[in-house]
Amino acid sequence: MKTSYRTAVHDALRDALRDDPHVVLMGEDVGRYGGTYAASKGLLEEFGPDRIRDTPLSELGFVGIGIGAALNGLRPIVEVMTVNFSLLALDQLVNTAAALRHMSGGQFSVPLVVRMATGAGRQLAAQHSHSLEPWYAHIPGIKVVAPATVEDAYGMLAPALADPDPVVIFEHVQLYNTSADVEALTPTDISRAAVRRGGTDVTLVAYGGSLWKAMDAANELSLGGIDCEVIDLRVLRPLDDDTILESVRKTHRAVVIDEAWRTGSLAAEVMARVMEGAFYDLDAPVARVCSKEVPMPYAKHLEQAALPQTANIVAAVRNLFGEQQ
Amino acid sequence: MTDTKLAHELLSDMIRVRRMEEKCAELYSAAKIRGFLHLYVGEEAVAAGSLRALADDDAVVATYREHAHALLRGIPMTSIMAEMFGKQEGCSRGRGGSMHLFDASKRFYGGNAIVAGGLPLAVGIALADAMLQQKRVTACYFGDGAVAEGAFHESLNMAALWNLPVLFCCENNLYAMGTALEREHSQTDLTVKAASYRVPTLAVDGMDVEACHDAAQQGVDHVRDTGGPFFIEFRTYRFRAHSMFDPELYRDKAEVEQWRQRDPIRSFTQQCLRDGTLSDADVRGIEDSAAAEIEAAVAFAEAGTWEDVEDLERDVLTPPSEPEPMPEPAR
Repeated sequence: MKTSYRTAVHDALRDALRDDPHVVLMGEDVGRYGGTYAASKGLLEEFGPDRIRDTPLSELGFVGIGIGAALNGLRPIVEVMTVNFSLLALDQLVNTAAALRHMSGGQFSVPLVVRMATGAGRQLAAQHSHSLEPWYAHIPGIKVVAPATVEDAYGMLAPALADPDPVVIFEHVQLYNTSADVEALTPTDISRAAVRRGGTDVTLVAYGGSLWKAMDAANELSLGGIDCEVIDLRVLRPLDDDTILESVRKTHRAVVIDEAWRTGSLAAEVMARVMEGAFYDLDAPVARVCSKEVPMPYAKHLEQAALPQTANIVAAVRNLFGEQQ
Repeated sequence: MTDTKLAHELLSDMIRVRRMEEKCAELYSAAKIRGFLHLYVGEEAVAAGSLRALADDDAVVATYREHAHALLRGIPMTSIMAEMFGKQEGCSRGRGGSMHLFDASKRFYGGNAIVAGGLPLAVGIALADAMLQQKRVTACYFGDGAVAEGAFHESLNMAALWNLPVLFCCENNLYAMGTALEREHSQTDLTVKAASYRVPTLAVDGMDVEACHDAAQQGVDHVRDTGGPFFIEFRTYRFRAHSMFDPELYRDKAEVEQWRQRDPIRSFTQQCLRDGTLSDADVRGIEDSAAAEIEAAVAFAEAGTWEDVEDLERDVLTPPSEPEPMPEPAR
């Protein structure tokens, strides 16, 4: 059955709300508006305004309220409209949600789920388009996941809700309208990376919206005889080193694709781990394709030029094999 | 005051806190306690009066100046002192220190050292109580400095909008660290700000423990009866420095001296002796028992042990073996 990413997110929310009366969804315009990306359309009608709670524009406040509610018996799913807005709530996420268990000597775990949209490609310019996942992945005390497939858009919510610690879910804005043929939507896991395409010559490591660019690049490169293995990180914290290293030890080459800015990116972390764990297996320096270091511009051609593109990935891979563009 | 039992409790609460903190200051100078140490000396009537108005299963969210609240909510002085020493027998296993005292069994949610950081948390705790139909109150303590933070305004707005059972307890000691109230607020009557969110308010003399208790009782009753929020401004004063690092360049010694004349412990003691509610022997008994409690707490902390460094990274995430805490049944 053809299912969209948006429908998968919606159905995951609906099923979680049906399965457990302690689950509540709160955030800006999740109720009457139906969600900025229409992911919660119809849920207000089914579950009522107590459980589908429209909040004021108070990111710091309602994320903190989610933490308190999680501590006291509810299972809140807090939606923050975009990652850029989540900066207003960063204090509560970093200083409270992530720190509370440790700071209290293990007494208070925070079973909170925070969902937010991330990424560029819709010409939304410099305050709605960034990929700040690496910042979140820096923080001990939270888990960070990035569903890139329709299966994971549905499947990651249940394990995130079952997790006793805070889980932050990043949904790339360009994925909501993508679709896939899926047999059935079922819970997946939030612990492992996945090999989305097997290959022997080079490992492409990507996540979220970049996964599909990496897959396209792999298809293109296969025509020229380069067989790419594509890894979908899925979980950005804690990183699944084993899956990455196992692949690199086999292919001896790696390119990391990350829509975040290059400096301090998750790509940098993955590269460092490959260096630490598989240096002597490498036949070439690890390469990366990241966003250009500018606040995201509005004009379409500039925005596209700022983002990792399939062509950049293809070029980076060819470069590892000594092929100049 | 005719209620001898309550008078005894209130005086005892204040004296236990005062003597414990005096000991902490001494232990800080002796380098037994390190980090930040924010003393509550002068403000004891607020915690003593207000916490006595709560029921055992109510929740408390406090600030980094929370030794009093932790102690008076029933965390043993031994485990508070051990926490100050950084020992693993401490109430936060030595991971928190002075600013981060916690006790899940007492529904004591810390110990938050981000100014106003506890307010959204308290509103969330109250949201869960409201949705799970628990008739419990969440008392949230914060200072005048917190009222300037966005988190204060967002929290009061949502607590009022959703009618949630939070008792907001503003401990206005006139300084946000070193910045005087009139230099941080365009409106220095803080009840006006709370009232603008349609939260009912009271302002009370925070140096008068009975007045604090009465106000808190009124607030708690309101919250329990209506299920909605209430705001109390306790007008109080910190006698000692903001922390042990503060040279106090921002206020006159004469001002501090003037407030010291209104010492809540001395004035309440004098009042109880004058009207015969308590005797000299009662007061002596309270002091003796506090001294013994402190001696035992310090001995406990001294005898405490350092957590193994191999355990450094524990309690960042919940271990998989540990069953997740089961939420209360839904309605």
